[in-house]
Amino acid sequence: MKRQRESRVHEQYLRHHKKFPNVWCAGCGIGIVLGSIIRAVDELQLDKNDVAMISGIGCTGRMPVYVDFNTMHTTHGRALAFATGLKMVRPEMRIIVVMGDGDALAIGGNHFIHAARRNIGLTTVIVNNLTYGMTGGQYSPTTPTGTRSATSPYGHIEQPFPITELSVAAGAAFVARSTVYHVRELEKYIAQAITKDGFSVVEAVSYCHTTLGRINRWGTAPDMMRRLKEQSISQKQAERMSAEEKAGKIIRGIFADRNIPEYTRLYDEIIAKAQQEAV
Amino acid sequence: MTGKTPQTIVRLMQGDEACAEGAIAAGCRFFAGYPITPATEIAEVLARRLPQVGGKFIQMEDEIASIAAVIGGSVGGAKSMTATSGPGLSLMQENIGYAAMTEIPCVIVDVQRLGPSTGRPTSPSQGDVMAARWGTHGDHPIIALAPSSVREAFDLTVQAFNFSERYRTPVILLLDEVIGHMRERVELPDPATISPEERATTSVPPEWYKPYENFPEDVPPLVPFGEGYRYHITGLHHDERGFPTNRLDEVQPWLERVFRKIDRSLSDILLYEEDGIEEAETLVIAYGVTARSARYAVEQARKRGLKVGFLKLKTIWPFAEEVVAHAAARLHRVVVPEMNMGQVVLEVERVVGRHKVHRVVRADGEIIFPDQILAVIEDWGAR
Repeated sequence: MKRQRESRVHEQYLRHHKKFPNVWCAGCGIGIVLGSIIRAVDELQLDKNDVAMISGIGCTGRMPVYVDFNTMHTTHGRALAFATGLKMVRPEMRIIVVMGDGDALAIGGNHFIHAARRNIGLTTVIVNNLTYGMTGGQYSPTTPTGTRSATSPYGHIEQPFPITELSVAAGAAFVARSTVYHVRELEKYIAQAITKDGFSVVEAVSYCHTTLGRINRWGTAPDMMRRLKEQSISQKQAERMSAEEKAGKIIRGIFADRNIPEYTRLYDEIIAKAQQEAV
Repeated sequence: MTGKTPQTIVRLMQGDEACAEGAIAAGCRFFAGYPITPATEIAEVLARRLPQVGGKFIQMEDEIASIAAVIGGSVGGAKSMTATSGPGLSLMQENIGYAAMTEIPCVIVDVQRLGPSTGRPTSPSQGDVMAARWGTHGDHPIIALAPSSVREAFDLTVQAFNFSERYRTPVILLLDEVIGHMRERVELPDPATISPEERATTSVPPEWYKPYENFPEDVPPLVPFGEGYRYHITGLHHDERGFPTNRLDEVQPWLERVFRKIDRSLSDILLYEEDGIEEAETLVIAYGVTARSARYAVEQARKRGLKVGFLKLKTIWPFAEEVVAHAAARLHRVVVPEMNMGQVVLEVERVVGRHKVHRVVRADGEIIFPDQILAVIEDWGAR
């Protein structure tokens, strides 16, 4: 049954015959996130014509080309700004914005916090592999301190952005984190994020075994997948742990789920007000 | 026919305001922008006006986001515009290239102020002419228009939208600070007499649709997102369906088509006014606010018995090569005044030869006065 569903979902939501094989390295986590997204869309029984996927630049930026939605591969860091324009004009559409950590939080960091502050109804999925994979493993805004990378050969001296805390502080309505090891949980969070009326963020922690993993001798893709399993804890587990115990752990769960008026709905009220005053 | 005679609207109006009203008349229903002198008034007017007509306004976090949102809005099917000045235009350049590459219609208003950098924010300039042409990287066609009065700011904004929809291209409207901020009496056309260009649609079924088809007219129709035509848009070089390609036989033909779609329509796109060229011995070519000083100088010179022709360019890009070449063919003297260190004059020199051309340039934040232009015309006239 599961296998049948899987193949039907692939058939239904992927540009199956045209665009495969994909550009990602064998063992990459991005395909797992892609799978979670299309299963979530299937679960929600959304009409493909009403779904858009918008990305920026980088390995994750290549995701939209594979899905049979309205898809747009934009410029580096700007996916949320493009998506904001589309959402304003087509508020009924479900818009999924997929970005990597560098795309979303370095070059696109300003757009990210402002989209969250506006609480515009976009679903943001950030594939956090801790590095710039496509350009060869340079340090990103989420690279852990001390890590060696192509541009921190002596160890990284900056501190990483905590994506979920940043999202909550910036005003997102829904914020969750899981990993590419915890596929079903990831899928569930993405479905919740799509359903949420407001700006939602799902951080999907992944890895890059061909760049950052290789430089730091973290092993093969399965080794790094195992690390995700071992390093991650639930919010409940985290509550019982001291700060020292939590250091280096990936806390999975929902960090915000709150009802805040969605931007395009508020703008509809502006239109009503403007038209009333103009009469 | 209602039998009603069209009613013009007479008002005292600022150029920025006329631009905003022109956008509404052209059917603009989405604006995204960021405050910047001397273009802020366009955003302020549209923040008030757009919701009145069911449109939407958003103030983004910067100019990069503004042009990105505008392109996103246009992909959604709304005629979309942003307005900025030089520093903002610099920030927008990457995404203007994206609009050119993906052939998404949009209008970018640049109310030019003195640059470079922060320059003099409240002083006029015509220094962004080349930035409008070549500011984004890579080869691409572009259309840029420059009004020289408040009424023209209205008309050319309508025209900018029409061109952008007709040719699926970003269009840059080059106001200058004087035109943007100046108030003058203006007669606006009856809105009922304006028939804005609507975006071409397609009748082919979704599975056959090719958003970048090498169409006979070179402008394939663009179907908005959300209407059942699921396709891909990318800033990568792409095939006719919009998917990334590295094929040499797809990249070069795309570039040739997007240049061809402009080149084949020059008779539609090139807007200009000429006056007294047949009898002229000297030709003055000007645009924007400088065209007003130039026209006055030409009139004064004629009163003094000099034979002077005048060519006012409204379309700056593509450059009116044939028009300029034809107008200057018999003449030995061409005077080009502009508020920069020489930008459009480079094109004129390229077309008619450097030896014929005299520059009247000024880039200190002050307009070029008629006397400056007249002095050059007379100096040559006396030789």
